[in-house]
Amino acid sequence: MEGAVAAESGIVFAERSRVVEGVRAYGLIVAMWLRSTMAYRASFVMTAVGNFVATGFDFVTIMLMFTHVDVLGGFTLPEIALLYGASATAFGLADLVLGSMDRLGRRVRDGTLDTLLVRPVPVLAQVAADRFALRRLGRITQGLLVLGYALLVLDIEWTPLKVAMLPMMVLSGAAVFGAVFVVGAAFQFFAQDASEVQNAFTYGGTTLLQYPPSVFAKDLVRGVTFVVPLAFVSWLPALYVLGRDYPLDLPRWVAFLPPLVAVGCWVLAGLAWRVGLRSYRSTGS
Amino acid sequence: MRLYAVVAAGGFRRHATYRVATLAGVFTNTVFGFIMAYTYIALWDERPHLGGYDMSQALTYVWLGQALLMTCAMMGGGFEDELMERIRTGDIAVDLYRPADLQLWWMAGDLGRAAFHLLGRGIVPMVLGAMAFDLALPGSPWTWLAFLVSVALGVVVSFAVRFLVALSAFWLMDGAGAMQIAWLAGLFFSGMLLPLNLFPGVLGDVARALPWSSLLQVPADVFLGTYAGWDLAGAYAFQAGWAVVLLLAGRLLQSVATRRVVVQGG
Repeated sequence: MEGAVAAESGIVFAERSRVVEGVRAYGLIVAMWLRSTMAYRASFVMTAVGNFVATGFDFVTIMLMFTHVDVLGGFTLPEIALLYGASATAFGLADLVLGSMDRLGRRVRDGTLDTLLVRPVPVLAQVAADRFALRRLGRITQGLLVLGYALLVLDIEWTPLKVAMLPMMVLSGAAVFGAVFVVGAAFQFFAQDASEVQNAFTYGGTTLLQYPPSVFAKDLVRGVTFVVPLAFVSWLPALYVLGRDYPLDLPRWVAFLPPLVAVGCWVLAGLAWRVGLRSYRSTGS
Repeated sequence: MRLYAVVAAGGFRRHATYRVATLAGVFTNTVFGFIMAYTYIALWDERPHLGGYDMSQALTYVWLGQALLMTCAMMGGGFEDELMERIRTGDIAVDLYRPADLQLWWMAGDLGRAAFHLLGRGIVPMVLGAMAFDLALPGSPWTWLAFLVSVALGVVVSFAVRFLVALSAFWLMDGAGAMQIAWLAGLFFSGMLLPLNLFPGVLGDVARALPWSSLLQVPADVFLGTYAGWDLAGAYAFQAGWAVVLLLAGRLLQSVATRRVVVQGG
């Protein structure tokens, strides 16, 4: 009996140490890429500014739209700025931490994934940290700026729950997007050339969430609520903060679900990753 | 001339090889088309006839954008990475020895690529868009033909810009920064994010006069039947003018580069 308990805790311990080991390895590889990035400081500054401007164009587009209208889908510019800022910041965080995973298909194709398999470090950590791009701070920065603008301008009746909702929304949203990146990478084990499919869910997802749900068709909103649960990234929590109606007559408390949804997404993403990695057959070249 | 036809055919075939990637790209174009279409519906609901378009014309504009995104390489992704890499590694020396013109060689390949992208990445999103939304498709075959001419001119302008950007690698070595600026400009000033006739005041005037408007705004307006008679000739002249100016600039830069810059050896 005692042996069984010990063995059980041993397994738990092994699992946990693998996670710790993975995070540690991720940190080491990231540090290496940071050193290499900082060797070309001017290039880093240019690409980071470029990233900031590129992602900022999305908001410039919305501002240009608002030179012609006062409301879009029943929402004012500051209200849309809140949706936009939350979505862009959450996606930016996921993109910074896991955005390099869409290179996996290339590694499968040219056979360099084999190198990662023989190293005593979890493959997920290696793939995620591969070519870590600090310039992606540009997207987070512009997301936070827009979020800050929205919070300054909007007249919100703050409650402790609404205040807590902001960090919860951004962090869980980043986790949901992160899970999408992992599932997308797992899919590339099967279809190496199809890396663009995941752009529809990552970049497409964040573009979708920048606009209020009232803009989109019911079926599309249903799809991103129940199938790919992107609605929990920013729509539902942000609508709670704004005190606006939810789409699809969802109950009020669903705004508090994002952390649970994030955990659920990561369980599924972990499974998908394992299935993908197990099915990997080297090209042998 | 035959040589360049062969190069163009090679460019077409080379991109046609990646069928799964093409399918994936079509899927992503379609998803973005749907997202943008709904935002445009919200905008035109609020302000009908905004920018001179009615609702179905605005929706047609969205799907034309998705269909031409790859064809006119508005976000880059043509030959320029390859040419820059050849300049950086010094392989360009071999290219300059070849009995073919550097600019025409790469242009032929890029035209072949564009032809494939128009067929492979353009038609399916357009058809799906037309099935889901009420689009303003031209009734006359001449309008379709006029549109294709305008797209071809747009591809040449796009090529000429990217050739200039690629040649910057002779001086910069790492052209990633220049390339990023070029595709940012391409995305914004082609009208991909928002039609240029919605840009306010001076910004709008400037945007419509820049070469990038040849990539989407002009072909889309030809498709929507905005130009008739001499106006159409004017639109073509605008595109062709930029094409000639930019190609000549590319030629000039090429001769400066090959004369003054020492090729990287290895």
